[in-house]
Amino acid sequence: MRNFFLIVRREYRERVRTKSFIVTTLLTPVLMIIMMVLPSVLMLMGGQDKRSIAVIDETAMIGPRLQSTPEIQYAFVDISLDSAKNDERFDGVLVIGPDIMTNTSDLTLYTHESTGMEASIAIPSQVSKIIEQERLKKYDINNLDKIMDEVKADCVMKTLRISDEGDTEDSTIVSFAIGFGMGFILYMFIILYGQMVMTSIIEEKNNRVLEVVVSSVKPTTLMCGKVVGIGCVAATQIVIWGLIVSLFMVVAMPFIGAETAAAASSADLEELMPIIGQLNDPGYIISMFAWLTAFLIGGYMFYCGIFAAIGSAVDNAQDASQLTTIAMVPIIIAFIVDFSVMNNPNSTMALVMSLIPFTSPIVMASRIPFGIPLWQPVVSLLILAVSVVFILWFAAKVYRVGIFMYGKKPTLRDLIRWARYK
Amino acid sequence: MDLLKADNIVKQYTGHLALDDVTVHVRQGEIHGLLGPNGAGKTTLIRIINHITAPDRGTVTFDGHPLVATDVANIGYLPEERGLYKKMRVGEQAMFFARLKGLSARDAEKNLKEWFDRLEMGGWWNKKVQELSKGMAQKVQFVITVLHNPKLLIFDEPFSGFDPINANLLKHEIMRLRDMGATVIFSTHNMGSVEELCDSISLINKGKVILSGNVAELRRQHGANTYELTYDGSGDSFRAAIDPVAVINSEAPGTMQVRLRENASRHDLIDSANKTGQLASFAPFLPSMDNIFINTVQAAGVQPDE
Repeated sequence: MRNFFLIVRREYRERVRTKSFIVTTLLTPVLMIIMMVLPSVLMLMGGQDKRSIAVIDETAMIGPRLQSTPEIQYAFVDISLDSAKNDERFDGVLVIGPDIMTNTSDLTLYTHESTGMEASIAIPSQVSKIIEQERLKKYDINNLDKIMDEVKADCVMKTLRISDEGDTEDSTIVSFAIGFGMGFILYMFIILYGQMVMTSIIEEKNNRVLEVVVSSVKPTTLMCGKVVGIGCVAATQIVIWGLIVSLFMVVAMPFIGAETAAAASSADLEELMPIIGQLNDPGYIISMFAWLTAFLIGGYMFYCGIFAAIGSAVDNAQDASQLTTIAMVPIIIAFIVDFSVMNNPNSTMALVMSLIPFTSPIVMASRIPFGIPLWQPVVSLLILAVSVVFILWFAAKVYRVGIFMYGKKPTLRDLIRWARYK
Repeated sequence: MDLLKADNIVKQYTGHLALDDVTVHVRQGEIHGLLGPNGAGKTTLIRIINHITAPDRGTVTFDGHPLVATDVANIGYLPEERGLYKKMRVGEQAMFFARLKGLSARDAEKNLKEWFDRLEMGGWWNKKVQELSKGMAQKVQFVITVLHNPKLLIFDEPFSGFDPINANLLKHEIMRLRDMGATVIFSTHNMGSVEELCDSISLINKGKVILSGNVAELRRQHGANTYELTYDGSGDSFRAAIDPVAVINSEAPGTMQVRLRENASRHDLIDSANKTGQLASFAPFLPSMDNIFINTVQAAGVQPDE
């Protein structure tokens, strides 16, 4: 046990102190924060980039009714097209043809730079609205404005999940986002850190330091110490990321959130309410986090076993590639299938894949936010736990034999044969 | 007293028998040579003694009790295939290995400082192994092997890869450790160093012990009835005079190595040689370990690999 902790400590310290670990640990949350903040910041800064457009209106009816927006400033002018084009005060010239009421394509925008999405959508839609209003006027309906207001409909759907404790408010978007996030974290960490275990074993074998180590430590202890040590590195990284991001959310988000909320319309807010409600429920967050942790540990250990077995069997990374490809297939399948699973979280395929240990960590972690029956994650976790014990036992057997095998490229069959050695 | 007794060890790998009823006893305080051609089973035996692999049959007794996992704290092993963690600092690495052998952090540091002083490695503590030259890394490796003052030291081809200066240093340190009471098992192909260092040997071939015993005694036995003569004057008359009692094994001007014929005694040879009046010196011939190794292995019916 003492040696086990010494191994864990070495694996942990050697990794945590590397430059690459420090850089990725500190830079990733910065990137995450930038990605979170960028849309809001862009929205707030967008206003400064106002474009001024000269309007030459040959109907003299539509131009004055165009309303300037934060992005586009309309200026009603009475000069020729050519002089407007050469006028440096204007970024563009909008020409509304005389037949616009009958021929709606009689609308042209001249610009110096490319038009941009904003203008090419906003201008025709405003002009269309004005034309629609003018056309309606011809029918001479009394109280038209009032009727239009009354007719207008803007639907927002509320989704409720039926459950025994009363129907709970639930946002599919949130479930989807959390589900995807949990699946992705699992996918990333299993591949990243599982492979790190493998590389580290290959390195020890290549260095020939292994024979020195195993004269003091049982190979099984060494392998388990390595898995746990690297697992602690992963945990450290997750915790630091979590801390930095949540610290940022607490400190900086209220400002940005307020600005964003002010900019959003009331209809948008109504859509946001269930999301905010769901995210403000601590029970929900804690249970999600607990499940994520359980499946993260299970999935990590399971694939570590596989990667450790591969690492101990081969001499170098090139030889490992064939075997790692086989090991990666289920992880990648799980990740691909994840999207269709989240579209239909209660399908038979989703259930089956979240019970098979090769795919269960990722698929189950993605399904949990959708509120599936409790027995499913529990059973899945039990199956995973049993499989972890088996796979680590298998890996330890292969490891014991494999670390002394040099010079030949083993097949899957060799590994199984080694596991059967006494 | 025997510090280590490996009795009737059998180890089977798929396809071949690595060790077939091997018995090796190593006396307390001696340097014991474990010899044999490549693939004879030496490394397998060493791994069994180090508790890395378990024998299929047979017993290993260490310091009077059956070998258990905790005994590795009293064994220092320098494997033939050896290396260090390249990115780890020398001091931390040595501490790590010392503590794996059961030393407390404080003892480990104290011993380490002593060894670093002795081998003039003072400024290396914070260097990464990858910054060291090969010779320097070898010194570190040696220190790691002996740091925990083990009762039993096992060196597998210790001099391979060492430059002559470090090899010599190592030789002296090994003898010093032996003089301080450590027991040493020394596995090698280099017969010169066996004659120089070893008190006794076990020669393993194809998984069996085919020769064992005290080095001086073995050399005497294998040199029995063989003598080295030097003489003055004509070789022809000298050869003619001793021909009835001895056969010439090899010869150079003024010296020859001969073997007694059956029924002839050492006195017959001395008498015959003396009669010529040419005899300058007479001595029993001591074969080199090299000769003994090659002859014994060939007699056992296999060509050594090298």
